[in-house]
Parts: sequence; C-alpha cells; structure tokens
Amino acid sequence: MTSEDVLRLLPTDDPIRLIDADGSRVDGSGGDRYELPSDADLLHAYERLVVARRLNDQANALVRQGRLAVYPSSHGQEACQVGAAHVLQKGDWLFPTYRDTVAAMERGVDPVDVLTLLKGDWHSGYDPYETQVAPATTPLATQLPHAVGVAHAAQLRGESTVVMALTGDGGTSEGDFHEALNFAAVFKAPVVFFIQNNEYAISVPLARQSAARSLAHKGIGYGVPGRRVDGNDVAAVLAVLGDAVERARRGEGPQLVEAHTYRMQAHTNADDATRYRLDTEVASWVDRDPLTRLEKHLRGRGLLTDETHEQATAAADAMAQHVRDGLNRDIEPDARELFAHVYAEPTPQLREQAAQVAEEASREVAGR
Amino acid sequence: MSAGQIDHEKLTMAQALNRALHDAMVADDSVLMFGEDVGALGGVFRVTDGLTAQFGDTRCFDTPLAESGIVGMAVGMAMNGMRPVVEMQFDAFGYPAFEQIVSHVAKMRNRTRGRVHLPMVIRVPFGGGIGGVEHHCDSSEAYYAHTPGLHVVTPATPSDAYTLLRAAIASDDPVVFMEPKKLYWSKEEVALGTDGPGIGTAVVRREGTDATLIAYGPTVPVALEAADVAAQEGRSLQVVDLRSIVPFDDETVCAAVRSTGRAVVVAESAGFASVASEIVARVTQRCFHSLAAPIGRVTGFDIPFPPPKLEHFQLPGVDRVLDAVDDLQWEDQ
Repeated sequence: MTSEDVLRLLPTDDPIRLIDADGSRVDGSGGDRYELPSDADLLHAYERLVVARRLNDQANALVRQGRLAVYPSSHGQEACQVGAAHVLQKGDWLFPTYRDTVAAMERGVDPVDVLTLLKGDWHSGYDPYETQVAPATTPLATQLPHAVGVAHAAQLRGESTVVMALTGDGGTSEGDFHEALNFAAVFKAPVVFFIQNNEYAISVPLARQSAARSLAHKGIGYGVPGRRVDGNDVAAVLAVLGDAVERARRGEGPQLVEAHTYRMQAHTNADDATRYRLDTEVASWVDRDPLTRLEKHLRGRGLLTDETHEQATAAADAMAQHVRDGLNRDIEPDARELFAHVYAEPTPQLREQAAQVAEEASREVAGR
Repeated sequence: MSAGQIDHEKLTMAQALNRALHDAMVADDSVLMFGEDVGALGGVFRVTDGLTAQFGDTRCFDTPLAESGIVGMAVGMAMNGMRPVVEMQFDAFGYPAFEQIVSHVAKMRNRTRGRVHLPMVIRVPFGGGIGGVEHHCDSSEAYYAHTPGLHVVTPATPSDAYTLLRAAIASDDPVVFMEPKKLYWSKEEVALGTDGPGIGTAVVRREGTDATLIAYGPTVPVALEAADVAAQEGRSLQVVDLRSIVPFDDETVCAAVRSTGRAVVVAESAGFASVASEIVARVTQRCFHSLAAPIGRVTGFDIPFPPPKLEHFQLPGVDRVLDAVDDLQWEDQ
C-alpha cells in the first residue's frame, strides 16, 4: 500500500457538513466534494424527520403510560437514521441496534412491530426477510459480523446487495467491531459500517471510550476508508452515506462512516443522565438539532410551504395513532409458544416441558 | 454412485469427516466450509484436506484468525441462503466465539419467532489423549449443551462421524459438532450414505446384562474395552453410545439402564456440573425403581487439563471404569 493509498483511507479533519446549524449552505470543510441532495430528496427527508421525531416522542409517552417496558430514544439522531435507511435500495440489508427504531421504520418495518421487544415481548416482532431488516441487536457490535456474512453470501451469488451495519461509539470498543471490519476488508464485502457517535455509551463519555483521533480513523488499520459526517445534517448524511453505499456496490469493499451527533435524552427512560452530564452541555446541542436545521434551510430557500409542513405533520399524526392503537391492544402472549421456536422441531424434553406449562396456563385461565 | 448403491470404504474418522464434507458440498452448492488453516493446509487435523483444491476458495476458505468473526460471519451467511460449516481448530480456541454462539447462533430462530433459522455447523475438535499442550485438550461440550437452541453431537466411530456430519449439515438448526481428537485416526469400514441414525438417537454398542456403561465421543472405546475385560472376569456389561448430547435420547438410555439395573457414566470432561451429572440426574429420576445401586460416574477431575506427561491421570481409563462397576452394590459382595 503506497502512502497515497493510505491518504485515501484518511477521514477529513472535520466532519463533512453541507448545511450549517443556522440553515445556510456550507462551502469548504470537505463539503464541496459532496453535492447537496435534490430539493425533492430534502423535502422528503424533512417529512421523514418530522415522523421520526414523533416516533421518539410517542414511544416515550407510551413508556410513561406503561405500554412500553423501556425505550432507548434516538431524539437528536434522527438525521442519521433517516439517512441510513434512505440511501439503501430494495434488496439491501439493514442491521440495526436497539436504538435504531427509526431506521427500521424507515426501511418499511411497521413501527408497532419494531417496538415488540421493547414492549417486553420475547421476539423481534417482524419478519427480517420482508424488509431485509435484521432483528435489532442488543449485545453491542455482535450484529456486525452477521452483516459481513450476509454481504459475503450475496457477493458469492453475484448479487449487488449492500449491507448497512449500524453501531454506536461504545460499539467500536467491542472486539466484534474490529473483527467485522477486518473480515469485510479481507473479503471486500459490500458493507457500510455506520457509527452514530452520540458522545455517550450510557454514562461513559467518548473520551473514555477511545483515544483515536476520530472513530472513523479506526478503519485505517484494516484498509477501510473512513469518513466523518455531521450527523445532525441530514443533507450531509445522505450525501456521504449515499457515496459510501455506491462505492460498496461498485465493488470497492467496505466503508466506515462516523456521524457526529448527540443523544439528547437519557440512555433509556430508566437512566438518569443528570448523574453524568451537565444540562448546559445538552442545551448546547439544541441549536444543532437536525430537524430545525433542515427546516431553516428549506424555509430560507422558499422550498418549505405550509402545505408541506402540514403534510408532514399529518403523516406523523397517522403514524403516532397507528403506534398507539397497536400498543394499546392487549394481546396476551401464549406461554406455550415459548417452546415452539427453540428448534425446528421441539426436542422430546421441550415437548414435556411445554405440556407442563400448557397445563399450568390452563389452570391459570380456569382460576380467573 | 448410482441411486440405491452405497459405497463402503475403510476410513479413519478424519477421512470420514472429510468425505462427509466433500459429499455434502457436491450435493448442495450452498454448503461452505471456512475457518483457520482449512484451505491450503487442509486443517490441522486434515479434515478439510483437498476441499479447496476441488471446490475452489469460495467454497472452502481460510479466514482471518478470529473465532467470533468466523462464527458471526457464518450467522450472516446462514441468514442469507448458505449452509456454512466452520472449524474452531481446537476446543479452547472456540471460546472467543462464545458470545456469538450463545447470544445469536442459539437464539436467532427463537427471537425471530421461527422466521430466521441458522442451518450451520460449528465443528469443534475436542478432548485430550493426544499429548496436547494447554488450551488444546478441553472438553467443552457442557457449555454448549447447557445452551437452549443448539444441537450438540459427538461421534465415536468413523461411520457415525460420516452420517452425523451429513445430518448436521442437512439440519435446519445449528449443530455444535464435537469431534473427539484422539479418535481422528481410528479406522473402520464406513458406509458412505446419508441413511443413518439421525441426530438425537443413542445406540447400544454392546449388549450386556449386568450393568450399563453410558459414554459418548472419546470414552466410547474406553467403555467397550472395559466391557471386554469385564467379560473375561465373568461380568456382562452393556455399552450405550449417546452420539447426541442434545437432543438427549432418554428412551434408549433409560431402556438400557432398566434392562440391567446398574449404570456408570463415563465421560472425559471435569465432572462437576457436567453432561455426566445431567445423565445421572435424569436417569435416576426416570429409572429409580429399576436401579439396584446409585449410578456411578467416571469423569475427569475438576482441574484444568493436565500436561501430556500427566494426562493419563485425568482421562477415564479401563481400570477406573471397572472399579466404578465394582462399586455398584453387587449382592454377591
């Protein structure tokens, strides 16, 4: 590898940004390498950001009402998730984490189904083959080698599938992150590894997570090009991820993109973020909000009409109503089903145990 | 080979496993083999010998040296239409993959309500008896057997090695395939057909009337030898080979133990909280009224596997098995 090749792997000093916090178009800082998405794409992104923000709000409300067991909110990170989903084509795969509810919804999974596990149910809620969205993964970074396997299998069959594999800043400390990057590079697997660096792994700040210049720099050792993007600028996320997906599809191998964003809310509703970060720090990110930023930009250019705004709000209202209806339905989980999918056919031992539980369940019903 | 005809060849267990991989790869393009040193070298035990040469390095290939990555990639490939077989090279080298195996391989079917299944095989050469150094002789079967969602099988003969590996590759559930290292060079006539015992069936290897020896994998030949010696001393020992730890064949094992009324479990792994413990517990519970004595156990001691010069103290041997049989409260003693 020549030093020129190494330079090509290097991320920019600053994250790529196309739209500033005040809504104005950015020139320079590496941004001039990427084109601003089309007006139509930006308007569509706006609507989806409105819907995404509403999903976070609605899910938080459902936790307070006892309808969801827990919710890891992506408030503040919606541009990353909308962007990650929208750069993919039909047939591409998405590997989400538990915080990527929005990304899964944006790939076409019913948000009610996405929330199944968080409701406290025992399964992932949706058929991964319908939308090519893998079940959301809780153990950090463990889904990344799976993404490489899906991509490599597609590659061996000569398919043009690209796999978008999501992780967070904390996930980049896990061994599987490194093994997945290395495997993907060696097999030239068409995977885009997308890190949403939201500054915190529950309570642990980025400085305690990594001493690397940036998380995107972690690709260099594996021969994987790293890119940094302002994760609160949906235009930049769409442009940088879109480029990475295209490169992967062209056969250039895996790409690593780090989005700089911020988790505006606590890790989950069960977490108390005031124990480890200052309100002033959180407040400093309010001005960089991805939704208001795009809104300012579109209004500044006269692209956002009241009609578009109302249309987006109506879409959010409809989604929220659908989620409320779905989660307010009382569906009694059937304990016998706990034994049905452990194996293709239950073992003789599981059949015995299932019969015992079935008997207990029928007594429970009779006792009511 | 024409339909209905089955070839027979004299093969070692390693060769039988190689033939099973070869034949499965011929039969199904989606069967892939990968891991460390499985390509040009043919595996450190030569189980994958010649597969890369015949099928190319997209069907049988070396990977970077990272077991979690190997198993994790296999999960993704199994999700996407392939039937991967991966090799962990040595028992203790499989531990970095433990999280992948326990959290994903074992649970994917369940957590997707049956929509995603993982037809994959994790081959684990295991056990001692080959003079291996540390980290090369572990009996790790209990870790996997304890995990719901995995099948755990272990052959004791070249014939079973062939048919069980074919069955494991054909299975729509993940199978941890434990290969007893010290039996890799054992040899017999092998029927190269897929019609054989399925996963989950134990077999009575030797009929006997006085007591039952229950063994699996590397201890099956030990049990058979003990039965030979006992026969010379006028005691008739029956030998059951589990073949499959999960699913466990209660029916065959319990029928055997009921027929003799006495039993000793022979296993190489440390005895505490082991597969042997489970066998004793479940057989006692099911056959209590047929038992003339508490079920005995001959297992490894609860120590890290010792170095080559001392390993014979750790491995269950014929004398220890016969001593355990002697302890089964015989009325004439």
